[in-house]
Amino acid sequence: MLWLEPLVEVSTPDGRVAYGPVAVDDVPGLIAAGLTVAGDHPLRLGLTQALPWMIAQQRVTYARVGVIDPRDADDYEAHGGMVGLRAALAMQPADVVTEITDSGLRGRGGAAFPTGIKLRTVLDTPSAQKYIVCNADEGDSGSFADRMLMEGDPFLLIEGMIIAGWATGASDGFIYIRSEYPDAIEAIRAALATCEARGWLTGAGTERGVIEKGVLGSDFQFRLHVRVGAGAYICGEETALMESIEGKRGIVRAKPPLPAIEGLWGKPTVINNVLSLAAIPTILADGAAAYAALGHGRSRGTQVVQVAGNVARGGIFEAAFGITVRELVEQFGGGSASGRPVRAVQVGGPLGAYLAPDQFDLAIDYEAFAEAGALLGHGSMVVFDDTVDMLGMARFAMEFCAIESCGKCTPCRIGSTRGVELIDRIIAGDRRDENMAVLMDLCEVMADTSMCAMGGFTPLPVRSAIAHFVDSPTGANV
Amino acid sequence: MTISLSFFGDEAIRELGAQHALHEHHIREHDMGTPAPNRSREGAAATVPVTIDGREVLVEEGTSVMRAAAICGVDVPKLCATDSLDPFGSCRLCIVEIDGRKGTPASCTTPVTPGMQVTTQTPKLERLRRGVMELYISDHPLDCLTCAANGDCELQDMAGAVGLRDVRYGYAGDNHLVMEKDTSNPYFTFDSSKCIVCSRCVRACEQVQGTFALTIEGRGFGSRVAAGFNGSFFDSECVSCGACVQACPTATLTENTVIEMGQPRRTVLTTCAYCGVGCTFKAEMQGETVVRMTPYKDGGANEGHSCVKGRFAWGYASHPDRVLEPMIREKITDPWTTVSWDEAIAYAATKLKDIQARHGQGSIGGITSSRCTNEEVFVVQKMVRTAFGNNNVDTCARVCHSPTGFGLSQAFGTSAGTQDFKSVELADVILLIGANPTDAHPVFASRMKKRLRDGAQLIVVDPRRIDLVRTPHVQATNFLQLRPGTNVAVVNAMAHVIVTEDLVDHRFVQERCEPVEFSQWAAFVSQPENSPETLEQYTGVPAAEVRAAARLYATAGNGAIYYGLGVTEHSQGSTMVMGMANLALATGNLGRDGVGVNPLRGQNNVQGSCDMGSFPHELPGYRHVSDTTTRETFEAFWGHTIRAEPGLRIPNMFDAAIDGHFKGLFVQGEDIAQSDPNTVHVMHALTSLELVIVQDLFINETAKVAHVFFPGTSFLEKDGTFTNAERRINRVRPAMRPRNGKQEWQVVTELSAALGAPMHYDNAAQIMDEIAALTPTFAGVSFAKLDALGSVQWPCNEEHPLGTPIMHEGTFVRGLGRFTPTPYVPTDEKSTRRFPLLLTTGRILSQYNVGAQTRRTHNVQWHQEDLLEINPHDAEERGIQDGDEVTLASRVGATTLHALVSDRMAQGVVFTTFHYPVSGANVITTEHSDWATNCPEYKVTAVQVSPGHSAATVEIDHPEHRLGALVRMANQIARQMVADPNVDAVSATAVHIGKFWEADMRTDLTAAIEGGTVTLDDVAIKSMARLAVSA
Repeated sequence: MLWLEPLVEVSTPDGRVAYGPVAVDDVPGLIAAGLTVAGDHPLRLGLTQALPWMIAQQRVTYARVGVIDPRDADDYEAHGGMVGLRAALAMQPADVVTEITDSGLRGRGGAAFPTGIKLRTVLDTPSAQKYIVCNADEGDSGSFADRMLMEGDPFLLIEGMIIAGWATGASDGFIYIRSEYPDAIEAIRAALATCEARGWLTGAGTERGVIEKGVLGSDFQFRLHVRVGAGAYICGEETALMESIEGKRGIVRAKPPLPAIEGLWGKPTVINNVLSLAAIPTILADGAAAYAALGHGRSRGTQVVQVAGNVARGGIFEAAFGITVRELVEQFGGGSASGRPVRAVQVGGPLGAYLAPDQFDLAIDYEAFAEAGALLGHGSMVVFDDTVDMLGMARFAMEFCAIESCGKCTPCRIGSTRGVELIDRIIAGDRRDENMAVLMDLCEVMADTSMCAMGGFTPLPVRSAIAHFVDSPTGANV
Repeated sequence: MTISLSFFGDEAIRELGAQHALHEHHIREHDMGTPAPNRSREGAAATVPVTIDGREVLVEEGTSVMRAAAICGVDVPKLCATDSLDPFGSCRLCIVEIDGRKGTPASCTTPVTPGMQVTTQTPKLERLRRGVMELYISDHPLDCLTCAANGDCELQDMAGAVGLRDVRYGYAGDNHLVMEKDTSNPYFTFDSSKCIVCSRCVRACEQVQGTFALTIEGRGFGSRVAAGFNGSFFDSECVSCGACVQACPTATLTENTVIEMGQPRRTVLTTCAYCGVGCTFKAEMQGETVVRMTPYKDGGANEGHSCVKGRFAWGYASHPDRVLEPMIREKITDPWTTVSWDEAIAYAATKLKDIQARHGQGSIGGITSSRCTNEEVFVVQKMVRTAFGNNNVDTCARVCHSPTGFGLSQAFGTSAGTQDFKSVELADVILLIGANPTDAHPVFASRMKKRLRDGAQLIVVDPRRIDLVRTPHVQATNFLQLRPGTNVAVVNAMAHVIVTEDLVDHRFVQERCEPVEFSQWAAFVSQPENSPETLEQYTGVPAAEVRAAARLYATAGNGAIYYGLGVTEHSQGSTMVMGMANLALATGNLGRDGVGVNPLRGQNNVQGSCDMGSFPHELPGYRHVSDTTTRETFEAFWGHTIRAEPGLRIPNMFDAAIDGHFKGLFVQGEDIAQSDPNTVHVMHALTSLELVIVQDLFINETAKVAHVFFPGTSFLEKDGTFTNAERRINRVRPAMRPRNGKQEWQVVTELSAALGAPMHYDNAAQIMDEIAALTPTFAGVSFAKLDALGSVQWPCNEEHPLGTPIMHEGTFVRGLGRFTPTPYVPTDEKSTRRFPLLLTTGRILSQYNVGAQTRRTHNVQWHQEDLLEINPHDAEERGIQDGDEVTLASRVGATTLHALVSDRMAQGVVFTTFHYPVSGANVITTEHSDWATNCPEYKVTAVQVSPGHSAATVEIDHPEHRLGALVRMANQIARQMVADPNVDAVSATAVHIGKFWEADMRTDLTAAIEGGTVTLDDVAIKSMARLAVSA
C-alpha cells in the first residue's frame, strides 16, 4: 500500500486501525484527534484488514507480514509459526517431499520449476553433503516481495529452509541477499541468532562433526549462513549465485549438471527463491490440498504480485493465480499515478515483456504468460503511462543486458552491446529497416543461444516493445 | 631377433611403426572437443548408443554430445571447447538439435543419453551459428593475412565453417581493437585485441596447470583476460608452462618464435630432455629449424601438458657457445686445437692405451650420462667393459637416485618406481617426501594438483615449506617439517604408529610378504625408541603431527608415496627408500592403480642410464657382474671377457685419482666439476688425471680441465630412447642432422674400435635390438614397436608384450615383498658451534641442474643467480637483510651469494640451488654419502652464514685421502649393520663390501688394517678380515 505510506496503525480490540499517509505535519493533529484510542481524523482509514486492497487479497505467504513483530519469535509462533516444521519433522523426508509435490508449488523466482521435483532429485542424489540455498538477490526492477518478506516475517523463510533441509538431507543452508538490502540482511541475521538461541537451528559456528542439539531437540542438524552479494544482477541467476557463494566471479554455469545434482561446491543443492521456500511451511501446516486448492490451471497456490511504477496504488498484492493484469493494474492499482492513460506494463522484471492494454486480460498464470510470449518472472509489474518512449525502453533492455551481462557467453556479451548500437542507429534514422532486420536477427541469436535467462530473455522486452508499440516506417512511437 | 606378440603381428608392428616414425608431415591433433569421461575405479564404464546425423555410435556413459559426434566423424563447430578442458559452454557455436528437447543445447555441455537422436546441421543451426560468428568478428581485427596465427586459427576456421560472409554490424561499434600487447614474457606475446574471451587460457591455467594465474577481468563486453591484478604476464603468478598458449584458439597468445618465423611445416615427435617426467613433444619445424615445441596429447607421461623448460627453453641447442668440432690439447693449460674426428678419436685412443700400458687395465674408466639416450649410454658401458677391459663405469645417477635402485630392489625386486604417472588420479592420499614437484617435476605436479583439487589429501615431509604445502586450491593435511637428515626417524615413527595402532593391512602382509621379516620389522618399529614422541627430539616434528599423518596414510584408501632427492641424497638414503617401501607393504599400498612407491627422477634418463648397466657392479638389467650366467651371455654376444669384480664408483674414481691409481676418464655429457659435491676435492681429482675426455655440448666446468673434447648432440639431433621415472621408454627422434656431424653413439663405437674392440651398428635401432636381446626386461622392446605404440613401460617382454604400467600386481618381482628394519643412524654431518646451520640444496622451476642448458635460454630472466634462503630469525641474528651479500661456509669451502630472507625455511636451516657455477653450491657440500651406494649427502651440510664477502677467512679442513675415505665408508656400513639387531653385522658388512667394492679398495684397506696404519670399528675390521679369508 505504497500510496498510503507512511501508514500508522493503532491496535484496538476490534483490530488495527490505519491512518495514512501520515506526514510529519499531521502528527500534532492526529494526537489531538485521539490517535492512541483510534480517534477520528481525515486520515483515519478504518481497520487495516478491512481495506479494499487487503480484502481482495488471499494472503498465504504474506499472512503475517505487517501483522507480527518480525523480531519476536513468540509472536511468530502465536501466529501459526513452526507448525509446518513440527509437522515435517514428524514425517519421513520422502513424505515431506511428496506433500510439497502434491501442493503444486513451483519456483517463484520465475522459472516455475516444480519445487517438489527439485527436492526429490536432491533427496535421491546420494551425497554426504547437501545444501539448501535461498536466492534473495532480488534484482528485478519493480520487485520487492523478497525484501518485504525477509523484513516482515524472517522466521517464515528460515522455517521453510529448515523443512527443505530435513526433506532432502541437507545440513547447511545459505541465504544469499543482495547488499542493497541492509535492513533485510539485518533482519535475517537477527532472526538466525534468535533461532540458534532457541534451538530451532544448529549454531552456524558449530564445527562439523561436533554433536550438538539438533533442530527442535531432534537429531537433525541444520545450520544457516548469510552471504551478501556485491551488486551484480547476474548473481540472481542461480548458477552465478552459487559461483559467488563459492567466492568466484559471478558467471553462469552450463546446465547440465543441474544444481540439484551438482550444485554448490559440486554437491546436490536445492536453490530456490525466497517466496518458494517461504511457501513451504504453510503447505506442511495446512496440507498440500489446501495450497493446491488455490490457483489456476497448472499454476497452483498464490502469487505475490508487486505493483509498481507509474501506478496510483502500488504495493504487494498476494492472490491466487488466475487474477488478471487488468484487475491488478486498473481495479486495484487504480491506473497510472500521473492520471494519464496506461500505455504499457512490464511484467517479470527487466527481462519481461511489455504488455499493451489489449493484452491486459491475461491471467496471472505461468502457461498463459508463456503462450503470450511474456514472462511472469518474479511477479513484478511496472506500469507506464502514454508518455513512455518504447523504442527507448527497447534500448534500455539491451543496455541493461550490456551492463549486467556476466560476459561468459558470446550472444549476451557482444550481442547486448551491438543491440544498443543498432537501436541507436534506428533512433537516429540510419538505414532503419536494415538495422531493424539485423536487430531481429540478433534477438533470435540471443534468445536461442544465450546460456541463461539474462541474454535469453532480453529479446522479450525488445521484441515486445517494438512489436506492440513502435511504428516501423518512422521509428516514432505509436 | 624378432619378438612375437599375441595381438600385434611383427608385420603390423613394422608397418605401424613406419607410419609413425616418419612424421615428416605436420601433425594437427584431432580435437575431440571435450575430455573423455573420468576414469572410474570400477573398471570400464557402460556404453550408450546415440545417433548423430543418422550415424549410430556406442560411447561411454558421460560422454558429451560433442565428443560422441567427433568419435563418429562429425566435428561440430566450436571455439571455447577443447578436449584438454572441461566443457564451458560459452561460445554457443556448438549448438545442436536433439529430438524431444526444446531449443538448441550446446553439444559440449550436454551428455549423451541412451537412444539420443542428434542433428548437428539444420538451417536454423546454420543461421544461429552464423549470427554468433558475426558477433565475434564485429570485435576482431581483420588482419588475417598478416596475423601470426594465419593458418592456425580456430576463429578463422570457424568463420569459414559457418559461412560468414558479412558483418552487418559494421566495425564502428565498441571494440577492443586498440588493446596493447603484453610482451613481458620472453617466450610468448599476449595480444588482447585478438581475444575472443573463450576463457580457454584461464581454464587451462586452472585445470591443466593448476596455477590460477589468469582470470577474466570486468564483465559483459568489458570482460578481458588478465594475468593477476592489472599486471603483466611476467609479473604475475604465471609459470610460463605454455598451457594457455596451447589452449588459445586465436593469435591472442602466440609463441614469439611463431610471430618471428611463421607457421611450422613439419612435425617430429620426440621426448623432452629435461627432467625425469619425459614429456612427449612435437618439434614443429621449418626445415631444420625449430619453430616451436608443443606438448603432444598422446604422450603417455604428459598427455598434452608441458612446463617452461620443455615448452620454451630449447634455444640452447643453437646457442653460439656450442662447440661443433672435436678439440684436443696436451695439457689443460694449453689452448685447444680443433681437429678432425679421426684425429681426435685416434688421439684419445692412443692416450688411453698408453695410460693402461703404464698404470694397468684398471687405471681408466668412464662415466655415463643420464641426459643421453639409452643407446648412447649402453655403448659407453659396453666400451668400458670391452675396450677398457674393466668395470670402471658409473653414471651420474650415483649422485641422485642410486639409493632408489638399491632400496626398491631389496623390497620388491626391481630398481624402479611401481606406478605410471596416471595412477595418481586414483590416489586418495599422497605422501610426498623430499620432493618439490612444482619446481622440479612440474608436469607431474600438475597432475598431482588436479587430483588434490578433486579431493585427495596430501602429506608433505620436507624441511622446506614447498609450494604444495599451500597453493591455490591445494593444502597439505599434514606438513612434517623435519630437520634435515632425519627422514629415517620420521618414517620409523610413522611405521611405529601403523603397527602399534594396528593399522596394518594384515591380509596383504599375509598373502604378499615374507612373514619372518615382517615380524622382525614390526617388532623393531614397535619399540618405544621408534615412537613419534621419542623421535621428536631428533626430527623436530610434533609427535601428534606424525601420528595424524601415519593414520591418514594408512586409512584414507589408496595411499601413494612420491619422493625425490630429499630422500636419496642422505647418509641413510638407501635406508629411507626401504623405510618407505616398508610403509607401503604394511598398508597394502602396492600392486594396483592409485598406490605405490614412486621416485621422481631428476634427469630425463636416470632410469634408463641405470637400466643400461652403467653401474660398476651391474650389467644391463641390474644383474651383478659376479653372476656367471649373465656374464657369459654378454661375453658370448660381445666376444670379450668381462671382469667378475665390481669396478670403481664415481667417488672412488676421484679418490683413486688423487691417490695416483686412476689416470684416465671418459665423461659423457655430465658436468661432474659442478654437480658433484666438494668441488675442491673433485677438481683436485680431475687435475690429477693424465687424460680427461669430455663429450658435451659446451665447454663446461669439467671440460675446462679436459684434454679431449668430443662435441655432443642435443636432444633435437639424437636418435634413440629415453626412459622416464615411470619406466616409460620414449622415442627421441632427430628433428635435424647432428650439428657436430656424428651421433654420440657413433663417436663411442669409433673410439671403442680404435681401442681394439669394434662394435658395429648401422643405426640406433640396432643398439636397442642388442639391448633387447641381452636384457630380459627389455626383450620386447624395439624402435618399431615404440613407433607403433608411442611408448612402452618396461618390463616389456613375452609376458607383457605391451609393457607394464603398474608393477607387482599379484606378486612382487622378487616373489614376496620384503620388510627390512631401518634403524635410524644419525649422519656424521652435524651442526657445530662453528657451523651452526644446516644447508640443504634443491632446484627451482626455471633452471635445470647445473644450468648448462637453461642458463643459455631466456629462463635466466626468472632466476639470474642462486640465492641463499634463510629464515628471518637466523637472518636477523646475523644482521642479514633480504638481498644482502652473504658468505656461506662449511668445513670444506666457502662461497658468496645473495640472501633471500624467507620463512619457507625453518629456523636453523638454509637452502640454495646449484644452477650457477659462479655461486658454487658444491664448494660447500661434503664427502658424506649414503652408506650403501655412496650417493652424496647433498641435503645436509653444516654451514655458517655471515654478512658480506668473506670467503678468504674460511679455513679449509685437510682434504680427505683415499684411505681415509675407505675407512669412513667401511665404518658407515658397519654401523648401519650393527644398528639392526636382526642381522649378523660382521657378515652383512662383509657381504655388502664384497658386492659393491672394487677389489683394490678391499685389498688396500685390508693391508692398511694389517699394517696398523688405520683404525676402524671392530665390526668393520672383522668384516674385512672375513672378506680377505673368503677371497
